[in-house]
Amino acid sequence: MNTPSLAHAWFALLRRDVMLALRQRGQLANPLLFFVLVVALFPLGMNPDPALLRNIAPGVIWVGALLAAMLALESMFRSDFDDGALEQMLLTPYPLPLLVLAKVAAHWLVTGLPLLLVAPLLALLLNLEGEAMVILLASLALGTPLLSLIGAIGVALTVGLRRGGVLLSLLVLPLYVPVLIFAAGAVGNAQAGMAVTGQLAFLGALLALAVALAPLATAAALRISLD
Amino acid sequence: MWAWLHRQGSPKRFYNWSGTLARWAGWGSLLLGVAGLYYALFASPPDYQQGESVRIMYVHVPAAWLSMFIYMNIAAASLVSLVWRIKVADMFAAASAPIGAWFTFLALATGSLWGKPMWGTWWIWDARLTSELILLFLYLGYIGLLAAIEERETAARAAAVLALVGVVNIPIIHYSVEWWSTLHQGATVTKFDKPSIDWTMLRPLLLMAFSATLFYVAVALRLARTELLRRERESQWVRELIDGRQGGGRR
Repeated sequence: MNTPSLAHAWFALLRRDVMLALRQRGQLANPLLFFVLVVALFPLGMNPDPALLRNIAPGVIWVGALLAAMLALESMFRSDFDDGALEQMLLTPYPLPLLVLAKVAAHWLVTGLPLLLVAPLLALLLNLEGEAMVILLASLALGTPLLSLIGAIGVALTVGLRRGGVLLSLLVLPLYVPVLIFAAGAVGNAQAGMAVTGQLAFLGALLALAVALAPLATAAALRISLD
Repeated sequence: MWAWLHRQGSPKRFYNWSGTLARWAGWGSLLLGVAGLYYALFASPPDYQQGESVRIMYVHVPAAWLSMFIYMNIAAASLVSLVWRIKVADMFAAASAPIGAWFTFLALATGSLWGKPMWGTWWIWDARLTSELILLFLYLGYIGLLAAIEERETAARAAAVLALVGVVNIPIIHYSVEWWSTLHQGATVTKFDKPSIDWTMLRPLLLMAFSATLFYVAVALRLARTELLRRERESQWVRELIDGRQGGGRR
């Protein structure tokens, strides 16, 4: 039998996932709206003093991003699991971790990247300006792929469950702690005019580590879930 | 050597030796615990700074040690069960989880009780406290996943993957939290600085630590044995065992 090359299959899978997501725009918009709403609730819940808002902005925006990313996670393998496409993927001659990486990349393109696009708007709402906003975008650019990669492990473990949603948050949120600390720390430092290279370097290192290891764990988890 | 170890991991052999070990560990834990409590509560001096509150430490420190030790045990057992497919290992990991979670909770609770008179607050966002709290969440996630999947073997393997992911993350979480709290808080309240701990205080601490470890061994083995019997209830040796227990009613 004549099988297409790995690179070909990889990009085909990536394209398929992105296309599928783009055809269901409503599902794409939900986490995004959630992100905006959560962040907009904080000024309502407390005294909307600009100085206070500026102080809490990095943490609030990042916690919002974390929750939005988690909400979007469920869809990563769900439909493929339901219609059996995931099982077919396991049967292909291609290494499963790489296919997983393609799916995660596609998922990030349609759920992580939009967070970056609305983040400047939220930054304005919370009086985050100038260099801090640039650093916020940089931290989101490094951090959101991490959220997708780590989250993929949790989704793969819970995909076979009917009500995996709450469990998923319990599995994934503790693992998100370092991302939150470094990313929000970088933005906070940028506001205070301090160096941010340390935190961004750590985020980059974590991303490199996660790209290497998370697909392996996700693939192992998928094999178990589909057993 | 390996073959011998592997044989001890077979369900029937494990059931036989673990019963004896659990019994010895249980009695050992009780004896050491009574001795440890005696030294901790009566035969050790109050600390010159902490006063009588130092006695909380004789429970707190062993609990904190065990909370980490048990997670490492779970991860090691998970690795063994995933790589060599030894069923007993994943039963032991699953049995360890609730005990580990309780020790983590105990460490947090006693730490909080100690913190009120010492630091003047029930909780501070200190690095160690925070990572212990996150460890508790990791335990709860592990237990939650185990409970959520109905098929026991699948649940065990899924939880094993989660435990390994968690163990890779623990150092990352620990250092990120440490860095975070030193960045934000400046000088935190120093932990009890002891240049060299006196023998009268070290003795109850060690006794309590060994007692807690043996307690863990005894309870985890018993839980694993129960799980083993449940999973193997269809097998020949379990039936023979039960028949034997019932005074040979069927013979």
